[in-house]
Amino acid sequence: MNNSVAKEKIVSLRKKRSLEDMRFKYYGFTAMCLSLAVLVFLLYTIFSKGYTAFQKTIVLLEVDYNQEVLKLTPDSSDEEMEKGKFFRVKKQAIENFFPDLSKSDIKLVKKLFSINVDNEIKDYFLDNPEVINTKQQIWVTAHSDVDQLLKGNSRRDVPEDRRKLNDIQLSYVDQLVEENRVKQVFNNFFFTKADSRHPEIAGVAGSFMGSLFTLFTVFILSFPIAIGASVYLEEFAPKNRITELIEVNISNLAAVPSIVFGLLGLGVLLNVFGLPRSTPLVGGSVLALMTLPTIIIACRASLKAVPPSIKEGALAVGATKTQAVFHHVVPLALPGTLTGTIIGLAQALGETAPLIMIGMIAFIPNIPTGLTEPSAALPVQIYLWVESAERGFQEKSAAAIMVILIFLFMMNAIAVFLRNRFERKW
Amino acid sequence: MFFWSLVLIAVGIFSSFIYGRSRIKLNSKKQGTKSKSLPTYYAQYVLMWCLFPALIVYFSWAIFQEQIIQNIVISNFEFIEGAVYNEGLLLAEIRNVANNPSFADGKSIEIINAASHYSSLRQISQISFYTSIIIIMLLGALYASQKLKPEFHAQHTIERYIQYILIFCSSVAIFTTIGIVFSLIFESLRFFAEVSIFEFLFSTEWYPFIPIREGQTAAEGSFGAVPIFAGTFLVMVVAMCVAVPLGLLTAIYLAEYASQRVRKTVKPLLEILAGIPTIVYGFFAFVSVAPFVKAFGQSIGIDASPTSALAAGMVMGVMIIPFISSLSDDVINSVPQSLREASLGIGANKAETIKKVILPAALPGIVGAFLLAISRAIGETMIVVVAAGTAPNLTGNPFENVTTVTVQIVVALIGDQEFDNPRTLSAFALGLVLFVITLFLNIIALQIVKRYRERYE
Amino acid sequence: MSNSKILANSVDVYYGSKQALFGISMDIKEKEVTALIGPSGCGKSTFLRCINRMNDLIEICKVSGSIKVDNEEIISDKTDVVSLRSKIGMVFQKPNPFPKSIFDNVAYGPTIHGLVDSKNDLEEIVHSSLKKAGLFDEVKDRLNEPGTSLSGGQQQRLCIARAIAVNPEIILMDEPCSALDPIATAIIEELIDELRLNYTIIIVTHSMQQAARVSQKTCFFHLGELIETGETNKIFTNPDNTKTQDYITGRFG
Repeated sequence: MNNSVAKEKIVSLRKKRSLEDMRFKYYGFTAMCLSLAVLVFLLYTIFSKGYTAFQKTIVLLEVDYNQEVLKLTPDSSDEEMEKGKFFRVKKQAIENFFPDLSKSDIKLVKKLFSINVDNEIKDYFLDNPEVINTKQQIWVTAHSDVDQLLKGNSRRDVPEDRRKLNDIQLSYVDQLVEENRVKQVFNNFFFTKADSRHPEIAGVAGSFMGSLFTLFTVFILSFPIAIGASVYLEEFAPKNRITELIEVNISNLAAVPSIVFGLLGLGVLLNVFGLPRSTPLVGGSVLALMTLPTIIIACRASLKAVPPSIKEGALAVGATKTQAVFHHVVPLALPGTLTGTIIGLAQALGETAPLIMIGMIAFIPNIPTGLTEPSAALPVQIYLWVESAERGFQEKSAAAIMVILIFLFMMNAIAVFLRNRFERKW
Repeated sequence: MFFWSLVLIAVGIFSSFIYGRSRIKLNSKKQGTKSKSLPTYYAQYVLMWCLFPALIVYFSWAIFQEQIIQNIVISNFEFIEGAVYNEGLLLAEIRNVANNPSFADGKSIEIINAASHYSSLRQISQISFYTSIIIIMLLGALYASQKLKPEFHAQHTIERYIQYILIFCSSVAIFTTIGIVFSLIFESLRFFAEVSIFEFLFSTEWYPFIPIREGQTAAEGSFGAVPIFAGTFLVMVVAMCVAVPLGLLTAIYLAEYASQRVRKTVKPLLEILAGIPTIVYGFFAFVSVAPFVKAFGQSIGIDASPTSALAAGMVMGVMIIPFISSLSDDVINSVPQSLREASLGIGANKAETIKKVILPAALPGIVGAFLLAISRAIGETMIVVVAAGTAPNLTGNPFENVTTVTVQIVVALIGDQEFDNPRTLSAFALGLVLFVITLFLNIIALQIVKRYRERYE
Repeated sequence: MSNSKILANSVDVYYGSKQALFGISMDIKEKEVTALIGPSGCGKSTFLRCINRMNDLIEICKVSGSIKVDNEEIISDKTDVVSLRSKIGMVFQKPNPFPKSIFDNVAYGPTIHGLVDSKNDLEEIVHSSLKKAGLFDEVKDRLNEPGTSLSGGQQQRLCIARAIAVNPEIILMDEPCSALDPIATAIIEELIDELRLNYTIIIVTHSMQQAARVSQKTCFFHLGELIETGETNKIFTNPDNTKTQDYITGRFG
């Protein structure tokens, strides 16, 4: 009797326990899915906010390349053509954009066009000098406000005083859409131009090159130094307190916040050594110091993975220790080292804070061509665009994020490829 | 300049190597003895002497040339009295004109003069750069070639040089630490010379004053960092509230329940989460999460600001999830299988085994992981810069705008930096606090994890 | 007693505070095969690695006493370890060819020691070493393939060729057949018999049969001590020491 009650109790308890087990498993599963869902949501946000940046709005403009207005003749030399008065042509074209425009209307119409239109009119002419004294229909870049309106990023149902475009301008845009004088095309500016105050002609080319130069510096500095340090610590260093100090130091350095490295760059590289501010040289040096521990740790792991029998074989035929290490161990560890370095570079590519500290946040409207020229970097460019009030920059920042993520993805793919292709299993 | 100097150095490397090789062969033939080391080592010896002095010159030149030229140009610039100049802009203008003569139109005569001065200096610098590099290479090679005798044991020397190079490489990490400590302490001392350390650590008002007119002193501002520390703490707590349950449960699921296939797919995905640059999280917080938090706050009747501790903390928590999950995963996996089997063997189910046996056994390791995550959260910059706000605000309400140590460092250093102004220097004092706290957390965490590992090995 | 090649005198070896060898004294004759036998952990490999100073690699290992090779002391700070090792080749327990081509494996030693002046000389050394190691006919068409692509026995012969290529006088073999199958073992044993004509060979083996087959002298180690040494025939048929007797009759091991 007692026995059966106890049994029943156990059975019911077991049911409860197994339910509990299920629930616990379910919690874990939910947590995992939630983490992944955030990842998906994050990527979705970036894509949905950013894909429009790859298109720009262009407007059909009738331009009269009158030689009087341009102050040119059909047989002007190239140099003279460079100095043609294209802004006057543009002014005329805008005045005649819609029939019978009043002076105040012209001002409104002018704001529908990008500041870059002068250059576009000029470039068209320089490419086709035979169009002098003819009227040409050319597609020119629209102002960011028009662009954002047509992409649906800015709304037209808010009160007029909170809109960039007023009611008259809206009606102009509607008219253009109706007459098919406006369309959307691939935004080449985004990939060929540097930063700008005007969203419609701002691009990532400058910051992309800046990032490339920075990564180049990081690689040149950190790869040989990391190999040297790892080879020394792994193969040559005597086991004493100094070696131990170096090792503890490296593992602690790996966890120092990146912004502190920025302060190091500012306090030492800029203020003490007087290196040029805002340059990839300084940015790269700071990031190299920052990624050094990561690369050293990866490098030592791959040196450790080379079996000691290889080194013994070399020593046994009379190689010196240096020869055995550099002829046999280092070449075998190289793929692993390279993989670690690329992962370190990927980490450096995404770093923002240290670059802000050393002034790579300055507004740089041209594409850098060297290590000692002031330049921006992709993550800092993203930060600048996120922070700017203008709506047109928001899609740019999301698009720049896509560029950096693709860049990162490619670097990781190369690292994985190297690992699978060259890394030896012993 | 860059390309041609590389060519020059490449030619130097190549020819010094060839020279050293053929020279030693010739010398040993002349003496009729075999050289003590292989010819390549003599060649490397010449190469090192040719290359390293030249590289030192090369780098110092590359680094300092622009600086020196600019200083000369500025010091010779014919300033017009009364006019106000911004040195940076002026230099940019001079450089522009020098690089691109078509910009000269409409520029003042002083600038055009300075530009031509600048270009001529650059030319002089370039010519002397190349000649000095070539001379130094030749001198180095000449010195080395005197040693190229068969009885000279070049291999020993080369191997000693290699040791020096390797030791130098290993000490870079030490130099870095010394550099960090030196620059933080040096600038902090300058800060504490103007602001009392007690005010900094215990006062609750942060108002870094910028002197606008002459006669005003920056010290009139107040530098009580308590609100900043409080903000940092608040954001960190929010982040840990998100990251700890999600990260730990994910780790438990992956380590104990998930099939091999799920592990193999989910782990790389979590690594993606870990590899996303922090500025991307900042964007995410700013564009998606902050508006959501604001709307949510309004819906429950709390007036939330557009940037808030909650938005920044939540996104930071997401960023830390993979960090916690991968560290905890390692820790849980290193709990010996025998403990698991013992618990399952007496009829406990998986959840009971995990809760009663594995987690208690793994606790020190997991605590270590949490400490590392906290240190990560405190040092994180971009998410809070974009999403937490910049106003010092002593509050416990996560819907409000708060500021953190890292944000204030960025704020103090964006724009004009004046190193005699406590506002700029405060960044270094905050940096010192950050460095000390994260270092402390790391050392403790690494100790705990190490002791934990030793227990099961 | 005339042609003594290696003369060890009361060699002690310590690993940290643990003593691994106790006063080993031994006399090894030129152009003979000497086998070191004994149960595992008895110190025979440790002794072998003293002869070419391979123990230097182990930081906690301290060697004292005296080993003379050709009447030259080698347990000394002044010893040129590199030239010592080029005089004493070594073959390891597990074949350890470099992950390079067969040719490069053999060519490595001669190249770093500057034994050759031209490509033709190098080729000649590589070919003759491979021939001496009895491997040439098997690999002559694929000298550029990686050494690791060979079978275990071939790899071990490649390692022997690699050791021979630097023209050593002594070859140390540390259980060279323990990772090989019986057929490969037989080939290596035959090879050892041939090599005896030109080299002094010391072989560590855990197989008594192998010791009996290939060696002229045998030394029996036990717990870090050299128990008995003598003609192989004598050791295996009529040892003086009862411990040796017990070991070879299989009472322990």
